[in-house]
Amino acid sequence: MTSPLLRVRDLVVEFSTERGLVRAIDGVSFDIMPGETLGLVGESGCGKSVTSLAILGLIPSPPGRIVSGSIQLQGRELTGLSEAEYRHIRGKEISMIFQEPMTAFNPVFSIATQMIDVLVRHQGMSRRQARNRAIEMLALVGIPAPEKRIDEYPHQMSGGMRQRVMIAMALSCNPKLLLADEPTTALDVTTQAQVLEQIVKLQEELGTSVVLVTHDLGVVAEACDRAVVMYAGRVAEEAPIRCLFEQPRHPYTEGLLKSIPRIREEKLPELPTIPGSVPDLLHLPPGCRFGDRCYKADEICHRREPRLELRSDIAVACHHPNTYAAPAPCPES
Amino acid sequence: MKPLLDIRNLKKHFPVRGGFFRRVVGQLKAVDDVSFRIPRGQTFGLVGESGCGKSTLGRAILRLHEPTSGRVMLDGTDITALDRRELVAQRRNMQIIFQDPYASLSPRRTVMQTLLEPMEIHRIGTPDSRRRKVLELLDIVGMSSKILHRYPHEFSGGQRQRIGIARALTLDPKFIVADEAVSALDVSVQSQVLNLIARLQREMHLSFLFISHDLAVVQHISHQVGVMYLGKLVEIAPAIDLYRDPRHPYTRALLSAIPVPEPGRKSKRIILEGDVPSPLNPPSGCPFRTRCPEAMPVCAEQLPDLKAIHDGDDPHQVACHLY
Repeated sequence: MTSPLLRVRDLVVEFSTERGLVRAIDGVSFDIMPGETLGLVGESGCGKSVTSLAILGLIPSPPGRIVSGSIQLQGRELTGLSEAEYRHIRGKEISMIFQEPMTAFNPVFSIATQMIDVLVRHQGMSRRQARNRAIEMLALVGIPAPEKRIDEYPHQMSGGMRQRVMIAMALSCNPKLLLADEPTTALDVTTQAQVLEQIVKLQEELGTSVVLVTHDLGVVAEACDRAVVMYAGRVAEEAPIRCLFEQPRHPYTEGLLKSIPRIREEKLPELPTIPGSVPDLLHLPPGCRFGDRCYKADEICHRREPRLELRSDIAVACHHPNTYAAPAPCPES
Repeated sequence: MKPLLDIRNLKKHFPVRGGFFRRVVGQLKAVDDVSFRIPRGQTFGLVGESGCGKSTLGRAILRLHEPTSGRVMLDGTDITALDRRELVAQRRNMQIIFQDPYASLSPRRTVMQTLLEPMEIHRIGTPDSRRRKVLELLDIVGMSSKILHRYPHEFSGGQRQRIGIARALTLDPKFIVADEAVSALDVSVQSQVLNLIARLQREMHLSFLFISHDLAVVQHISHQVGVMYLGKLVEIAPAIDLYRDPRHPYTRALLSAIPVPEPGRKSKRIILEGDVPSPLNPPSGCPFRTRCPEAMPVCAEQLPDLKAIHDGDDPHQVACHLY
């Protein structure tokens, strides 16, 4: 049994807003194993981005605050670290890529300057060495003529190209963990395919663990080994990818999978839907947060909030989870 | 039967200025010689990647962008030939639903004010009949009359989009452009709004131009689908045919690139090399040839025409030298 690279336990993050104290995530737990790609999925407001910001130590404070819980990177507690201590971890041990690669770069510096600075700072390389390493990384993510393009500025590149440079930069210090927050959402499908392919390939070559935060279940199916489905600040279900898609336990996961429009041979007269909408975190329903929208909900669901229960490698927070006769088609874990 | 909307050789070119005197140094051909028809009561889906000109096409049809040339016939009326006053009158018949329900509703107007305004501008009905119409529309889009005096910020994205749809329906239009109308919504809400649009179209016999970058959404909602690349329609086909038997190499690559929510199913993906060329300096001949896995010498010389590969009421048309 290998120990997890990152262990998140009972994490609670609150934000104080004009309307009151909002608990953006409320008791989130999961592990990331070395070399695996974990999907963090859910709809807007489910807490997936807040979770990844918390891991990076980037919760803006105030108004945000980690109230309780723990985040351990290889046994080292990250919550409570000072900003100076966190700076040694960010970019070096944990790297990130964001949705909008244009805003993540500094527009007044060339790609070369930005990549070299990171390497000099974290790896203690000379500028000469750092430049060579940066060119190597750009070649690895499929940038044509990297020795020339490295001297360009972010605005001279297309969206897909910028996102690939972002990946190269994030991986240049050999981080143990890469957090990718909606890395392909702003891209067109054909470019998205290139970038996803790149992430999967690098992940295999370098053995980096990846957390892929996304709302797109297609992207999860394509790139992840396991996924955590979040709803209204809590984990609804966590499972290896094939179990999750073929045998969803939580009615929310089930509804989400059914309502994605997919290319079909025949047209459906109607798309299946989940009634209602995501609850306001300030006015959560009593009991299960999904209760109001769930076709299985009964009296107990509206009274008591279900706990996340772990059975082998599947975890589900539901009073009436789906059961399946045939064993789950899980890969060896 | 005559189509409700008949678009012929529509062009929208934007002048590009540069240099010291801001002279016109080139033309950006956002929409370049596009022709298609939409029958009454049907939805025409328009797909393509960002910058292909699909939104500009939608706006040029409504004359929100003045077309450079070409004709737009709506139910026998040439929209492109109307003067300002006639155009305003015709706007009753053609409406638009925008992508961002957060930006397209005035934050200072209640739902009631938002929905009454179009009828007041066009001087339709009496104050009483207008209010009755507003209540009827709210019911149609599945919202309670209790929300009439609330403001947009009190609603979720899905609810706002329902209000946007109700607003588009206030004047009983014949034709609606839906520009990425469900793209900003979460999956669980997106399917609700898609079902609403499909129901409205069946029950009210509306025609839609449904613009989206999401190919699965477009397949679900459309009767016919057009694929755009660099300002041109490269393929038009009935929705089911297009997805079952895509002909244009670009359509094939586009379809193969969609991530499928079925783990383990490794689709044969056609990875396109490079990026979309700049529309300011498009390639000679076929606009797709620089990225096309099938490109031949003729593609650099000659622009392929959009031609039918099989006939019928809804022909499958492709602009490619392979056919």
